[in-house]
Amino acid sequence: MTLKEALNLSPEEQQSLKSELKAKIEASDLNAYIDSSDDGCGGVPIAIKDNISVKDWDVNCASNILKGYKSPYSATVIENLHRGGMSAFGRTNMDEFAMGSTTETSVFGKTLNPHDKNCVPGGSSGGSAAAVGGGLAVAALGSDTGGSIRQPAAFCGCVGMKPTYGRVSRYGLVAFSSSLDQIGPITQNVEDAAILYDAIAGHDSHDSTSANIEYKPTVIDSDRKMTVAVIENYLEEVDAPTRKAMEESIEALKSAGHTVVYKKMMGTKYDISTYYIVAPAEASANLSRFDGIRYGNRIEGDNLEELYLKTRTEGFGDEVKRRIMLGNFVLSSGYYDAYYIKAQKVRHLIKNEYEQIFNEADLILSPVTPSAAFEFGTINDPLEMYKSDMFTLSINLAGLPAISLPVGKDDRGMPIGAQFIAKHFDEQSLFDGASSLEKIINYKG
Amino acid sequence: MFEIVIGLEVHAQLNTKTKIFCSCPTSFNEHQNSNTCPTCLALPGALPVLNKEAVNKAMMFGHAVNATINEKSIFNRKNYFYPDNPKAYQISQFDVAIVEDGELMIDFEDGSSKRVGITRAHLEEDAGKNTHEANHSKVDLNRCGTPLLEIVSEPDMRSAEEAVLYLKKLHSIVRYLDISDANMQEGSFRCDVNISIRPEGQEEFGTRVEVKNMNSFKFINQAINYEVNRQIEAYEDGVYEQEVVQETRLFNTDTGETRSMRGKEESADYRYFPDPDLLPLIVTKADIEKAGNIPELPDEKKQRYIDELGIRAYDATVICADKAVANYFDEVLECGVSAKNAVNYLTNELNGLLNKEGLTIHESPIDAQKLGAIIKNLEDDTINGKGAKKLLEFLMGEQTEVDAAIEKLGLKQVSDDGAILAIIDEVLSNNEDKVEEYKGGKEKLFGFFVGQVMKASRGSANPAKVNELLREKLG
Repeated sequence: MTLKEALNLSPEEQQSLKSELKAKIEASDLNAYIDSSDDGCGGVPIAIKDNISVKDWDVNCASNILKGYKSPYSATVIENLHRGGMSAFGRTNMDEFAMGSTTETSVFGKTLNPHDKNCVPGGSSGGSAAAVGGGLAVAALGSDTGGSIRQPAAFCGCVGMKPTYGRVSRYGLVAFSSSLDQIGPITQNVEDAAILYDAIAGHDSHDSTSANIEYKPTVIDSDRKMTVAVIENYLEEVDAPTRKAMEESIEALKSAGHTVVYKKMMGTKYDISTYYIVAPAEASANLSRFDGIRYGNRIEGDNLEELYLKTRTEGFGDEVKRRIMLGNFVLSSGYYDAYYIKAQKVRHLIKNEYEQIFNEADLILSPVTPSAAFEFGTINDPLEMYKSDMFTLSINLAGLPAISLPVGKDDRGMPIGAQFIAKHFDEQSLFDGASSLEKIINYKG
Repeated sequence: MFEIVIGLEVHAQLNTKTKIFCSCPTSFNEHQNSNTCPTCLALPGALPVLNKEAVNKAMMFGHAVNATINEKSIFNRKNYFYPDNPKAYQISQFDVAIVEDGELMIDFEDGSSKRVGITRAHLEEDAGKNTHEANHSKVDLNRCGTPLLEIVSEPDMRSAEEAVLYLKKLHSIVRYLDISDANMQEGSFRCDVNISIRPEGQEEFGTRVEVKNMNSFKFINQAINYEVNRQIEAYEDGVYEQEVVQETRLFNTDTGETRSMRGKEESADYRYFPDPDLLPLIVTKADIEKAGNIPELPDEKKQRYIDELGIRAYDATVICADKAVANYFDEVLECGVSAKNAVNYLTNELNGLLNKEGLTIHESPIDAQKLGAIIKNLEDDTINGKGAKKLLEFLMGEQTEVDAAIEKLGLKQVSDDGAILAIIDEVLSNNEDKVEEYKGGKEKLFGFFVGQVMKASRGSANPAKVNELLREKLG
């Protein structure tokens, strides 16, 4: 059942939908969910990633350090869901503090890909994507800092959308990288993504980075003819099945009457370098509040320093520690200019590069990942793992909106996604283009 | 000989109703951790939103010290772990402060004055409070997030006296602006003092030592003097390099000494970076202009008193230093008395009595209306100067109307010619020999006769009248 359909159900029918889902979740071995909490507000059940605060629910960010913490307040997006006839239902698994690309760094164990249980679901919103892709959720909320919605959506064969930075309130989202994080929908189709996005978007006075600009609800027009830019050099960096799926998408767009132009970008290696300076730097400060003093999982020590050390040593997993150390390093005196400041400059260049392309195009089409979902255990080197986000990072660095949708399958039958990128606050074009491609491709999960 | 170089960093809590990044009240003395919310408790997911009133107060200060007010300033994160700092970073304007490059004048007793530069004044948040008991510590986050204006001076002061004069002027300015309660005991106005010495004539500065968290003018004075002596001694003993290092020291109020906090701060790297939760602070030219609508400042008021009321510069400085005293003075003037008497009775007579009792002008049992009434009675000859002093002393301990007190103390002076002449006649007839001497040229005796007449009237005769009539009588 789609979100659009579920919104038309009577309260009683919505209640039985919840019971149905609960039974499915309990019977499932995907480990997409941490638990099936219900916020008790009537409405269509929406699965919520474990880093979005829901009043009286645990918010663990899949980390040992936050075990035992219950939020006394709800994130703005949750309040917005309630206003839109939806409710928070079920906690979905994720990489610890949203740091990862496979959902393997969760303290609650890994989530499996619904299309092949030997494959990763992607990450960090792997639980939300596996739930939607596996038929265990009508729709879900995830968060996207460098691809954490779009990449798992692509791996699990669903639609994932990252709004423009500032479009959706971050109040109540446990911060990973404040200048990159956005909450967004993971859904079964483009129309549902627009519905869920419309429900959560808008200005929030609790978030200083929330854009106080006019917001018009989306009205999808899939017949609108647009100019779509394809990043030529990216097509050379993907595997054969992905390239094939991309080329089919391009042909489909042309056949639907869109104009396709080819552009080049300076290369994903700059995106990766910049992202892995900016995001860990911000994270190192954002995660400092987890000190065992006020909430969460404290490990006692004989003195304050020991309490801090034990709490954080036992509380955080390896990937989180790696990024905290990296972030502290790039902010240290003597290194700040060489790393942090330089990364900010490159970030501007990336933004400018996109702006130039958007002078000639309404949308950009790009791959989401270099390949479809890989098997557990095939990537062990953290640096290799970071490369799996190579096509999604720059969009967060530039603050642009993007949507990932399934456009094909590889020879193993694993879904392949493509993403559209639009100008700042032009989510309308994003949904128009994605809807148009969705219709022609006619992907069947 | 050595030159002393002092720079000051003052932390003034801004008296906004709510905290700088959330809407919790800033009220003092509440139950522990009751003025808190997800933001100032640093709960996961909570975000800061800047209090515009704090920005406005910072801009008012900028105007008051002729500073540049930046249209764009930046909030940074200053990272360090401590339980009273729940986010483990303090939000503070590090890269670009809202206020830069200001100045104020300090006034010496001899009427001269000196300019002290203000490098910058920036907005930041206060920390909570830790209290330590036997084997545990408690954290109270009520104060956490209270807006602070950190005012950093140039190293322009050359003595403890100058440092204290600077602080007093700054204190007076923030009170006049009503941007801070500036209550030193409660810690809403506290300062860090940077002290160094250099041989006279030397260009470069000596090694700077910071004495942290001072909250009394007296202790600041003591701490500077102690630190200057310590540094000079070290220099003279040839151990300056070893003994005087760039460090933070604490002042011990019991011993009057400063001691090193060495070890704790040595390797602090705060890893400042712009806070991505807060966009750069942009204020428009119109905002800046609007914030320039500030009340009359101590220096302006002082000049006005000198120009319009003809008050001596020193007296004007004393009155204007404290806004409450200046307001009191204005109220006394409104009673229609002369500025000269108002100055005298406020700064000498009343002030002396208040100091004796250890009271501030706020706590004075004699309010401005009463002092005005006393002076009024003096000026229309109802009482004389001596009576006025008696009246003041009496009213310090008694809540009575001025007229009733005059009546009760029998201070009404006799100005009636007939009555005074009768006393004069009596005094002169009792001292015929002296009258002869006076007439023989011993004019000094005039004072004796005045005294005798006053005595005979039990002080109630109008001294001016007595003088006048005596002169007539004695020819």
